[in-house]
Amino acid sequence: MVVASEVLAKAAFKMGFEVSSFPFFGVERRGAPVTAYARIDEHPIRNKSSIYEPDYVVVLDSSLLRGIDILEGLKPSGKVLINYPAGKKLPDLPQRYKYFLIDATSIAAAHGIGSQTAPIVNTAIMGAFAKICDKVALEPVLESIREVAPVKEEENVAAAKEAYERTTEATP
Amino acid sequence: MREVMTGNYASAYGAKLARAEVIAAYPITPQTSIVEKLADFVTTGELKAQFIPVESEHSAMAACIAAETAGARTYTATSSHGLTLMHEVLIWASGARLPIVMTNVSRAMAPPWSVWVDHMDSIAQRDTGWLQFFCQSNQEVLDTIIMAYKVCESSGIMLPAMVIMDAFIQSHTSEPVDLPDQELVDSFLPPYSPDLKIEVGKPMGFGSLVKPDQYMEFRYKAMLGMKAARDRVLRVEREFKSIFGREHGGLLERYECDDADVVLVAAGSVAATAKDVVDSMRAKGHRVGLARIRSFRPFPHDEIRALAGKVEGMAVLDRSYTFGAAGAMFTEARASAYSVQKRPVMKNYIAGLGGRDITPRILERIFEDIQVVSRRGAEDEVEWVDVAGLQRRWR
Repeated sequence: MVVASEVLAKAAFKMGFEVSSFPFFGVERRGAPVTAYARIDEHPIRNKSSIYEPDYVVVLDSSLLRGIDILEGLKPSGKVLINYPAGKKLPDLPQRYKYFLIDATSIAAAHGIGSQTAPIVNTAIMGAFAKICDKVALEPVLESIREVAPVKEEENVAAAKEAYERTTEATP
Repeated sequence: MREVMTGNYASAYGAKLARAEVIAAYPITPQTSIVEKLADFVTTGELKAQFIPVESEHSAMAACIAAETAGARTYTATSSHGLTLMHEVLIWASGARLPIVMTNVSRAMAPPWSVWVDHMDSIAQRDTGWLQFFCQSNQEVLDTIIMAYKVCESSGIMLPAMVIMDAFIQSHTSEPVDLPDQELVDSFLPPYSPDLKIEVGKPMGFGSLVKPDQYMEFRYKAMLGMKAARDRVLRVEREFKSIFGREHGGLLERYECDDADVVLVAAGSVAATAKDVVDSMRAKGHRVGLARIRSFRPFPHDEIRALAGKVEGMAVLDRSYTFGAAGAMFTEARASAYSVQKRPVMKNYIAGLGGRDITPRILERIFEDIQVVSRRGAEDEVEWVDVAGLQRRWR
């Protein structure tokens, strides 16, 4: 999640935007629930407070759809991207937003990113995000992934590309 | 070259560009990635330095004291409980007149446990004789580390400096940072070369016992060093600007203060957010300004005094509380304003402890409150902001 927001910030920066991305987590360990934020702007970003009214919400773990209100504060024109198992029916969600689905878990597993039981989806999901975001294109996202990925750069890039191609809009 | 990086990486790059020769540090959330990055730099040979992994923060500072006494430029970084564990040796470092530079990622103290920002750890060290710089951006963190060495290693100063950034809000926030060229930094910051150091074959006493007839003179001289630092900070920043084209506001950064009726005084990352609020309130016709305490030690007495003589209301935001008194920024700012003939109404706002978010909305309400009390007078001189069960207006 934190890496995903960093990839996004670096990609937007490459496109000439000012950026700021930050995580919110308690303990620094794998598996703990994490929220990360990113701001993208034409002007230098001074606001250091959290984001309460996002334009986009990206959900990396679909089990969160039951636990918390992922739509809290989302702007009326907001878009939601969810890492969601292919073929599974979406739960009831308000019709007023646009939803996009990608099975980033399967894609990451297929490309051997992370383990088969716990694939790391943060690069695939950013490929999908490049598809739905008006501001960020795929190529700078891939470049940022190459910079940020500690290992398996090309596998991560391939996963992001595949996710970009396979992201679909869904109606709950 | 501009790159997107966290405050922690900006800190590590600052120490690398300043060519720190000895780094001794102990990891603690949220400072850990500073130490990791520096260990990387040393391992890959990008930074020629001795990296000493130690068993505690007290030892980290002790190692820096020893190395600095031997004439090496040293760097360390810590946070919260790590900083307070260092307390004893912090006073040693300043008393021994060692210009060590340290990053403190300011984080709340336990209990209850919190890894998020407030300034209690830093404020608790205000009497240790260290210079204390509060930063608002990752760029400022990097630049201030480089400038701090230049300020502190001057023979008239010879005191250590703490470069402070906010936990997570800066340490883990990625934003664009300009990485200056090494050659430019080298031209700005010459190698460390103290007048006195431990040398083989040149016996001298360091940290010896002195009797009452001598002790006070040591403290007096340290006071003179801290006093001289006021001017030195400004001169070093002017030189920095002439080379790198950037400045960060001296001891007290003033934003839209010239014609302001009321001003907010604050330190750290919240000051950056407050600039957005100043702009939006000015667009609605309110004459408000921000004064950012960049240097808490030495304290910008003259600057606060000058500002206090021009405004009707001064809101002082503290991200910590000194029990039995008020916020430390407030008590000091009010002391500075005391000699002004027509003093403004001053009020202290305690906010954002343990990482509670200080939103633009809360800052706007602080401005609105100080506008009202500057006309009517303040009922409470200290108000805790956004606390459950207290005033609902902050929510």
